[in-house]
Amino acid sequence: MMRAPATDLPVRLDDASFAVGTVTIIDRMTLTFAPGAPTLVIGPNGAGKTTLLRLAMGLAAPTSGTVTFGGRERGPPLRRAFVFQRPVMLRRSVAANLRYALSAAGMPRRQHDGRIAELLALVGLTGIGDRPARRLSGGEQQRLALARALAREPEILFLDEPTASLDPAATKAVEDIVAQVAARGIKVVMSTHDLAKAKRLAGDIVLIHRGRVVETGPAEEFFAAPKTDAARRFIAGELLI
Amino acid sequence: MKCNQNGMETSSALELVLRGDPALLAIVRLSLAVSLSAVLFAALVGLPLGAALALTRFPGRGAAIVVLNALMGLPPVVVGLAVYLLLSRSGPLGELGLLFTPQAMVIAQAILIAPIVAALARQTLEDLWLEYRDELSAMGVGPARRIATLIWDGRFSLLTALLAGFGRAAAEVGAVIIVGGNIDGFTRVMTTAIALETSKGDLPLALGLGFVLIAIVVVVNALAWGARRAGERMAG
Repeated sequence: MMRAPATDLPVRLDDASFAVGTVTIIDRMTLTFAPGAPTLVIGPNGAGKTTLLRLAMGLAAPTSGTVTFGGRERGPPLRRAFVFQRPVMLRRSVAANLRYALSAAGMPRRQHDGRIAELLALVGLTGIGDRPARRLSGGEQQRLALARALAREPEILFLDEPTASLDPAATKAVEDIVAQVAARGIKVVMSTHDLAKAKRLAGDIVLIHRGRVVETGPAEEFFAAPKTDAARRFIAGELLI
Repeated sequence: MKCNQNGMETSSALELVLRGDPALLAIVRLSLAVSLSAVLFAALVGLPLGAALALTRFPGRGAAIVVLNALMGLPPVVVGLAVYLLLSRSGPLGELGLLFTPQAMVIAQAILIAPIVAALARQTLEDLWLEYRDELSAMGVGPARRIATLIWDGRFSLLTALLAGFGRAAAEVGAVIIVGGNIDGFTRVMTTAIALETSKGDLPLALGLGFVLIAIVVVVNALAWGARRAGERMAG
């Protein structure tokens, strides 16, 4: 087994902002991602969802405020993982992509084959380990990206609109895996602008707009009785501009 | 009459090549040894330099890239002259006694092609880094492993860069004739021999070497094409 490193949870943003030049993308946001049901970060395009997830993963540093991982402000991702909207496959086979992730996570080589078989089975890609990863379909690549992220045995998994460019069948396959992952106790934080998806998967909702948190809370309450006018309008399908 | 003469010279040249004329083979062997050695040294300098430029950010980086790209067009005679001045008896490295030796030719060719290898490697690795950066960062991959990953995944494009360098080295004449001196049996390579034999009127040997040189360039390009195809097939 891989050695159990220090925890990355909770991931906490404290008055965190992120700006590029004079444009503020995340504006003094305070949020905590702790173990529990999946959190869906929702909001219109350009709300700052991707940047929020990148800050929470540590892929970007806040220009003011702090982001901490298990109480630590800096350091490489120990047990957090990220699946991008358009994942990039390494120029290797499917199995070699997983082997690389396992190796990067510090798993001893002799355990790789067994773990690769488990991961391929989990994401429904058994039998295609030898195929070049970049030749897979979009849906298969997204499932492989999920497997590669899970190779790190994360405590928290960030997913940035992972089904945005997939057809319904591929979307369902990815959502089923995400549900399985959440059921295993891995904290899922997923961004989407798709309310139906949020209703299907969310335990908690974070609605953001123009880089600010508009409303947070349990998904049931959020959809049944939104507290803010912006949330009501967003749920009603009105444009938040 | 002229057509007849040209035809006879061409057939004599082909005969020299086909029967493996010892003088011709010796020149080809030396040419390959010099140019391959130059590629090796250019790779040792150019690949790390290209990787460093691709993956690091520092003040003046843009200017360094412009200079490096400009150096790809270095005139061989200027490189030859610079190496000549360095290695000549009164030059800073004159004591080494390398002028008019194959080693001097390797140095000149390595200087000529190192910028080509470095510039092409920089472009290849930077493009790959832009593509891989987020994924490798999310996987917590450290700097040394990042470089190794980029070099491995970009290996077919990097091989193309090395082959481009070899093609340039094998085909250049200006630098090696200045620092090698075109000494028969010692520093005479294909390009310098072609220049000399043509001026002497010994066209069969010049033509024969020309055929071999063209064949080498074609093989190098075929290898570059094959490497790229293999890369696409294996890596997708």
